[in-house]
Amino acid sequence: MQEIEMIIEEKVKHYGRERKALLPILRGIVLHKNYISQNDMVCVARALDISAADVYGTASFFHLLGNKETGKYVIRVCKSITCEMKGKHKVLKALEDELRIQLGETTHDKLFTLEATNCIGLCDEGPAMLINNTPYTRLDPEKVHEIIYEFRNKNKKNHGQQ
Amino acid sequence: MANNKLRKVDIIFTPYSAAPYEILRLTMQKEKNAVIDEIIESGLRGRGGAGFPTGYKWRFMANQPGDEKYVICNADEGEPGTFKDRKLLVEVPRKVISGMAIAAYATNSNKGFIYLRGEYNYLIPALEKELLIFHEYAEKFGLDFQIEIFSGAGAYVCGEETALIESMEGKRGEPRNKPPFPIQEGFMGKPTLVNNVETFASATMICRVGAETYKSYGTDDQHGSKLFSISGDSPKEGVHELELGMKISDFVEEFGDGDTKAVQIGGVAGFCIPRKNFETAIIGEGNTTGGATMIFNSTRSMYNVLHNYLEFFAEESCGQCTPCRIGTQQLLKGIEAVKKGEKPESYLNDLIKLSRTMKITSKCGLGQSVTNSFVSIVENFREEMIY
Repeated sequence: MQEIEMIIEEKVKHYGRERKALLPILRGIVLHKNYISQNDMVCVARALDISAADVYGTASFFHLLGNKETGKYVIRVCKSITCEMKGKHKVLKALEDELRIQLGETTHDKLFTLEATNCIGLCDEGPAMLINNTPYTRLDPEKVHEIIYEFRNKNKKNHGQQ
Repeated sequence: MANNKLRKVDIIFTPYSAAPYEILRLTMQKEKNAVIDEIIESGLRGRGGAGFPTGYKWRFMANQPGDEKYVICNADEGEPGTFKDRKLLVEVPRKVISGMAIAAYATNSNKGFIYLRGEYNYLIPALEKELLIFHEYAEKFGLDFQIEIFSGAGAYVCGEETALIESMEGKRGEPRNKPPFPIQEGFMGKPTLVNNVETFASATMICRVGAETYKSYGTDDQHGSKLFSISGDSPKEGVHELELGMKISDFVEEFGDGDTKAVQIGGVAGFCIPRKNFETAIIGEGNTTGGATMIFNSTRSMYNVLHNYLEFFAEESCGQCTPCRIGTQQLLKGIEAVKKGEKPESYLNDLIKLSRTMKITSKCGLGQSVTNSFVSIVENFREEMIY
């Protein structure tokens, strides 16, 4: 919670305690924890002195400001036409098999969430996906397995250090 | 001019050896009005897709009173099949930033934003670095113009300039009624100039090569060069700079895989040109200039293509106006029903009528342009919609 307050204060310092600070604040929260909880929305509403419904109304308009709890890594597979033509289905299938979840779900260990997204501007390098903010291009099932393997490994190491 | 073979041009990406922001420095030695005249003379039109003459937009902006005016670079490219702005921001960010600065100089604006789509957030660190360099030079040149990056949050409709401004003000990205235009009342109610990334880069290069040279490219209607984002069934996918006014047949010969069935011009909001029209259709005349070009070969089902487009529109419609909100959903349901045999073939005609109604009654470009691809695909590939 305290971290959320810090994000809000940092953005307010730059944009002022005004409505125009709303999107940067929400974006900041998402960069920090991938989604915006109801409590977070109330915090934001209080800070900007607007109603929580207004915050929800704005957040729910944007694809990248979700309010459902997600895993640590959100995988967004591009479903636009050119990525689809180049084998999005195989990539998606490989992800579902590897993570043992379906589109829209989060893994039990809360590590991965699998979503589909509209065009992410990587049509010439499709099929493509974003994991949090990082793009991955020219995917095939083999590459998908490698990427997930690496993320799992990275996470194990991080845990070891803690 | 229009009958010329396809001509590749190299204006926008071409490197120039001068010191950073040299074009900006030289341009700032000219009269502000002369700079705008040069842009008007070049015939440059907005490169985001709508094609409004850039120079006139700048002139209107310059004529607006007030000392708080904004210049916004619209980097919210979300049109499926478009990726040229990403390439510009990665490869020639200084040309884009210079263009913004030249616009700011010419129109007396003092604050700039790069509205970067949320999906491109990975470009921010490099852009921030570029902006630091720019601000040093701006100070040196005595230009009072600060630019910051504003991140979008994933909404196709925010590429529409008034929706973009709404979202910057912390509201849902729903397009406003026009007038007033952003030039009159934009961000925070102040005059705001919104141009596409490529428009700014082109403006910089017009200041470098001169309006005359720039104008020597293209057709009588569409001057200059244009970046095309080419994807789909093509061995040469990527961003290519081409002269406007080429025949589709020449385009297909150069970029197709030898088996091209249809070309989608201007992204999903544009038109689908079938093989039989390749000889007559000209890119840049009567169709949009966003530059997203998707190539489909004979193995592709045009039903699947249209279905994918309609899913996209139904999801990205902001829901504010009824024709677009309901229309996009009904078109999607409609073609599914015809495909399954639940509705007769003639139902497609009703759907075409519906899409034309959407063109007249929708509030913004999103709902208005659904009919372009819908009608051009249904009419030209009718049998694929049914069987």
